[in-house]
Amino acid sequence: MLDTVLQIEKELRKIPCDKKIIWDLSDVNDFDSAGVLLFIEYLERFQEEVSVEVVGYTHSQKEMYELLHKNIHEIQSPKKKSTLEKIGENSFEIYQDIKEFITFTGHLVYAFIHTLSNPKEIRLKETVYHIHQSGFNALVIIGLTSFLVGMVISYQGSVQLAKFGGDIFIVDTVAISMTRELAPMITAIVIAGRSGSAYTAEIGAMKITEEISAMRTMGFDPYTFLVLPRIIALMVALPLLIFFADLMGILGGMVAAAMQLDISMVQFTNRLYEVLEVKHYILGMIKGPVFAFIIAAVGCFRGFQVSDNTESIGHHTTASVVNAIFLVIAFDALFSVIFTELDL
Amino acid sequence: MNTVIKAEGIVTRFGERTIHDGVKLHIDENEIYGILGESGSGKSVLMKEMIMLLEPSEGEVVVLGKSLRDISYKDAQALRSDWGILFQFGALYSSLTIAENIAIQLKEFTNISKMMRDKLVGSKLALVGLEPYVGALYPSELSGGMVKRAALARALAMEPKLLFLDEPTSGLDPIGARNFDTLIVELRDLLGITVIMITHDLESIFSIVDRMAVLADKHVVAEGTLENVLQSEHPFVEEFFKNEYTKERFKDKVKNV
Repeated sequence: MLDTVLQIEKELRKIPCDKKIIWDLSDVNDFDSAGVLLFIEYLERFQEEVSVEVVGYTHSQKEMYELLHKNIHEIQSPKKKSTLEKIGENSFEIYQDIKEFITFTGHLVYAFIHTLSNPKEIRLKETVYHIHQSGFNALVIIGLTSFLVGMVISYQGSVQLAKFGGDIFIVDTVAISMTRELAPMITAIVIAGRSGSAYTAEIGAMKITEEISAMRTMGFDPYTFLVLPRIIALMVALPLLIFFADLMGILGGMVAAAMQLDISMVQFTNRLYEVLEVKHYILGMIKGPVFAFIIAAVGCFRGFQVSDNTESIGHHTTASVVNAIFLVIAFDALFSVIFTELDL
Repeated sequence: MNTVIKAEGIVTRFGERTIHDGVKLHIDENEIYGILGESGSGKSVLMKEMIMLLEPSEGEVVVLGKSLRDISYKDAQALRSDWGILFQFGALYSSLTIAENIAIQLKEFTNISKMMRDKLVGSKLALVGLEPYVGALYPSELSGGMVKRAALARALAMEPKLLFLDEPTSGLDPIGARNFDTLIVELRDLLGITVIMITHDLESIFSIVDRMAVLADKHVVAEGTLENVLQSEHPFVEEFFKNEYTKERFKDKVKNV
């Protein structure tokens, strides 16, 4: 029986292999396939060393033996990969992803040019729907986040600035950092988590249910019908959201300054007029469409990569958000360098 | 008899795995053509190559006189409105109602009025045996058999010349499956379309399929009518068509070989 296999195996190991073995099975009154397999295994081991004679087996034992002996397959356990192999595999995967992303962008540009020359094919209804979904519906969360960030900057800054008696400079700190850097970044990160992931999941689910294949066979180009509306919608919505985030961030700073440094709202606003040049606001807004393109394109691209199982939706959604946030930050750094070099 | 689809020298490779190695077949007008073979023999892949979802590594597929390799965008779009495809699990657009699903190509690619469109949708629903109220439902609200019927109605929306069916009777109960077979024959006779179906269903193969191709070992090992195919002595054909069950069930057809 199964639970005695280990015990029998221990006994069998003790048998010395130096002279001829006679294996008498006549006392075996009960056996199962595990027992027979054990017998086969040890019979072969003994036979390698010495000659073995098996006696006293019954007809049914012999039948079982023959059945199992015929069907012994060694299980191939998956080969363990070395670290180098894994690194190579992952690098190759990244290389493939980049290549596929370039193909994706190519398709996208083609679809874009095609719809420009056939304006009737622009999916206006879908685009407006996605502006509503990704833009309007995100107002509350974007407003709240940037309000809090504005407050935090103002609080932290005021402690430092008060030491030098430069209380009023809190306005410069909040206004310039918010409009130039923080509002675009916060908005992009929240939208990457909110809409980028949604795009991947939506398109991924459509891929699994073969809806994308169905679209292709019906002559609906998925790029025109699914990707372009999302990208255009986000490119319209994100700058608007950044504008809203600018306002809410500065408002947050204003509230914190009033509480911490007793700078009244009137004082704050007067100072704001003096220090906040319009270029800071414009530089922040310029980033909007670029970030929007990155988020929407990565989201859709990862959606198309989903293969035929549900696990891969989760995997690709995660990848889409992580990639989008990383690329947004990388591009933000690039913008910083460019703007500094241009003395803006 | 006109040939509507011709495939020659099809080689398909995924990485190092070869799926097809020189597949050749032709499909005539107005017939019900079955593609069969064991699982993994590349039936679905072959069908995807006929409907431009995949491109074969080598070889040529000609559909309605147009070679699919290097086909122009315009020709491709024209071809796409000449066929209807029933996917294995329906692939109805889950965000649209059944009526919208059926109407979508009419809405996007034709300029017929909304009134006419609604009438057409109604007639397609009736054609596949669905009640009018089904039109207002979403795909998630339908049973498996109804999804298949609705998807068939959608495939028929553009009055196609070709109808591709991917395992039309899988997942249906035996009675539903036979009704579906009858429906397909009726549609073929009524609308004069050519039906290409992937199937495992012995009943369908023995009763409604006119000609068929058997895929095994990366090749078409037998092609033609049931009698032609039964002549083959390929192990898969032997196992699939000449086992105890089929010999008993389809005595009159299998015995005489």
